[in-house]
Amino acid sequence: MKKLLLSFIVTLAIALGALAQDIPAKPNPPRLVNDFANALSADQRAALERKLVAYDDSTSSQIALVIVPSVQPYDISEYAFKLGREWGVGKQGKNNGVVVLWAPQDRKVFIATGYGLEGAIPDAIAKRIVSDVILPQFRNGQYYQGLDQGIDNIIRYASGEYKANPSDRNSEEAPSGFLIFIVVFIVILIIISRSKGGRGGGGRGYRSGGGGGPIFFPYTTYSGGGSHSGNWGGGSGGGFGGFGGGSFGGGGAGGDY
Amino acid sequence: MSRALIIVIALVLVFGFFGCSTYNGLVNKDENVNEAWARVQSQYQRRADLIPNLVNTVKGAAEFEKSTLQGVIEARAKATSINLTADQLTPENVQKFQQAQEQLSGSLSRLLVTVERYPDLKANQNFRDLQAQLEGTENRITVARNDFNTVVRDYNQSVRTFPAAMFAGMLGFQQKGYFEASQAAQTAPTVQF
Repeated sequence: MKKLLLSFIVTLAIALGALAQDIPAKPNPPRLVNDFANALSADQRAALERKLVAYDDSTSSQIALVIVPSVQPYDISEYAFKLGREWGVGKQGKNNGVVVLWAPQDRKVFIATGYGLEGAIPDAIAKRIVSDVILPQFRNGQYYQGLDQGIDNIIRYASGEYKANPSDRNSEEAPSGFLIFIVVFIVILIIISRSKGGRGGGGRGYRSGGGGGPIFFPYTTYSGGGSHSGNWGGGSGGGFGGFGGGSFGGGGAGGDY
Repeated sequence: MSRALIIVIALVLVFGFFGCSTYNGLVNKDENVNEAWARVQSQYQRRADLIPNLVNTVKGAAEFEKSTLQGVIEARAKATSINLTADQLTPENVQKFQQAQEQLSGSLSRLLVTVERYPDLKANQNFRDLQAQLEGTENRITVARNDFNTVVRDYNQSVRTFPAAMFAGMLGFQQKGYFEASQAAQTAPTVQF
């Protein structure tokens, strides 16, 4: 009886532990290859990361490779969509992200495609990539080769769908237009306050009040513009610039080995 | 006298202002629900559109048990006959919709189990593609349903919580139904020692 109770408690604890497991936090600094299960060597990770960053640079499509020990208690598909959404894989508006998820303990692989790539990589193609390219290699223990070739295939199908948008990189564009607007605004304000001050005769009080206004005014608007450009500016660094807020609607396919 | 009038007017104004902002908030949330519902429906429609193709492929490749195929066709007809517009989303209607769709899911999975007995069909690339599409559609349905439940929860909460609850009924905002976890998911496997 005691034994039974004990085994019950142990099972319950294990079940609860599994339930408590959730989507890992977004990597900081951002990476496209995230191996939480230590299934690949450092060299292999670096090679895949280089390939994926280069692909992101040239097409703006983001392919994230995520390896977690287990996706329990979720379905692997559900886990992949949740992760893709929470991390925001792909660019916002284009939704051109792909999550390649591998759970070694569950022996499962899933390719989740963002809304924007469902046309380039339909489910049937994703399924073929998983079951004809990745899984045969996995069954032979060739994990790196399977992932590498699988990613090559994804890139082949997805290329041509999106091009890197030059204005994504050249993030100064929008704020600088805004800045010009503010400068013009200030100039006009100054002219108005000057002419008013001149006409009023008793210029001093007027002018200082008018001068204080425009300086204070653009300052607040400008700081808003500054934080906006900072948000984008992260993208123009050397390596991977970060996930862009893409969304997932349930496209993709997977399999087990 | 005039002071009482001013107080009354002020009260009416405050009340009216409150009512307006509540109303606008509810309209926004209602719109979110409509949008999510449209997505749910289009995913179910997508599944319904795949079925004739699937049935034909299976029929062509295997001398099949007629009853299984017939079951799928009938369930599809029944499921597609229930169409809810966004203002018919009462809990009962959503439940009815879900039941009909789940019946279709059931007969589809029966069909796919029977297919296991036909190796050439399983090897058929056309069938494999269809199966992948069907699985993908089921995934999209799950995502769309979860999204729908999230916005309905938000909407229902506002309809039922205090300040809005006063106006919601008056302005015609009713509670809406959720998708519930399917029967299969509810009957969790029993563990025996």
